Amino acid sequence: MVSRTYGTPLPGMPKGRLSGKLIVIEGADGSGRTTEVGLLREWLEVQGHPVVDTGLRRSTLVSEEIDRAKQGNTLGATTMALFYAVDFADQLENKIIPALAAGSTVLADRYIYTLMARAVARGASREWAQELYEFALVPDLVIFLDARMDILLHRSIMKYGSLDYWESGMDLCLSPDRFDSYFLYQGRLKKEFDWMAQPYGFQTLDANRTPAPVHTDVKRIVAPLYGKNGGRLGRRRVPREPPEPTDPAPSAAAG
Amino acid sequence: MIPEPPSPAHGYPGRLLVFEGLDGSGKSTQARLLGKWLQSRDYRVFFTEWNSSDLTSEVIRRGKKKGLLTPTTFSLLHATDFADRFERHILPPLRAGYVVICDRYAYTAFVRDAARGCDPKWVRNIYSFAPKPDRVFYFQVPVQVTLERKLASRLKISYYEAGMDLGLSDDVVESYQKFQGRLRKQYDLLAGVDGFTIIDANRQIEPVQNQIRREVRPLLERFPTAESLTHGE
Repeated sequence: MVSRTYGTPLPGMPKGRLSGKLIVIEGADGSGRTTEVGLLREWLEVQGHPVVDTGLRRSTLVSEEIDRAKQGNTLGATTMALFYAVDFADQLENKIIPALAAGSTVLADRYIYTLMARAVARGASREWAQELYEFALVPDLVIFLDARMDILLHRSIMKYGSLDYWESGMDLCLSPDRFDSYFLYQGRLKKEFDWMAQPYGFQTLDANRTPAPVHTDVKRIVAPLYGKNGGRLGRRRVPREPPEPTDPAPSAAAG
Repeated sequence: MIPEPPSPAHGYPGRLLVFEGLDGSGKSTQARLLGKWLQSRDYRVFFTEWNSSDLTSEVIRRGKKKGLLTPTTFSLLHATDFADRFERHILPPLRAGYVVICDRYAYTAFVRDAARGCDPKWVRNIYSFAPKPDRVFYFQVPVQVTLERKLASRLKISYYEAGMDLGLSDDVVESYQKFQGRLRKQYDLLAGVDGFTIIDANRQIEPVQNQIRREVRPLLERFPTAESLTHGE
């Protein structure tokens, strides 16, 4: 991938090309993100592409402190947003960029988009959030798993046995009722994702379906990143065009 | 009770007084003496320092010790810490009508982050939640003087204070001089942009304190005392 950021790069950021690829899977809680990341990882590794996973709250620097802060639930919205930014920057500098430089595919289970949506849902301005994260690398691909709110609700209840405090945005005090709060909060996040889809080039997939057909779509979008043949699956999909008689290398015309 | 007129700088009923300057410029001593004076005159005073929140101080300490921090994470961690301090300790008293004295404010971040190579515009955006103070006292002092004060008091120069992470020099004292020189240059630059009140800090403590008290007095005109607020007029 080309080392390109949304704004001014970080001090010490490598210039030029990074030989790996950065693929982001975004979506609300319950959209099947983590399942799809697992399936995609498997598929890429089978084809021989080294994969490094990343996600939110996984930095060695602050993830523990963020967990602790969440338990106490005593942080203000700006503080929390910045704490997440530390976590992201630490992972970008110490994990994502080195992995990309080494030629790995970095599969990100959520990226700056979730962080921006959460910050804006908690009162930050879009401009503030965008500029805060302008140092982020522009991914090769952002897949957004789009599922209806009622489906997300049922998946959430099945996963946690109830509605999760944070995924219901209870810290926002939108409603004392968790069910109502869930819809209000997820609605705010959805509004932000919808707004980001165009400027940030999301590839939106219908995630109301079971994992298998979604995975098929994911593979179809990811394959072209790995050369014109796009791995094993892509080879089958290359249209068989009749070779031009004058072309000495007919395979180069395909794709 | 006559409500205090809101501050023209930020619109809150309280007053926000900021003390900025290099380490060893004497600003903390001056901030404390000012606080004492205001309290003795029965004003409600709230005092806060840089890097004082429990939340991130542990991470910052650990990160510094293990050399885990880059200019960006260094900057963002301090911003997190400041935001916590701001949301908890600065904004509520400001809204309640206190005189809030800050020993360092967002300007410390502007200066340090710029010296470490972060984009100044990016840093300013991050701190855009912090309102403009009523007054910023900038304690201007030659780097050499801060170094002499430091050596005289036998305080150890810390790794980050000397900017050793920037690799300016292997020698602590030399690195300190270079790094603090950069900070000084940034402070002088901000002084014009952000309208600092420049205090010549290369003087005895008392005349400096007298000057600050003179500067602060007009900011507190018609400002209510604690007695009048808790017991009415």
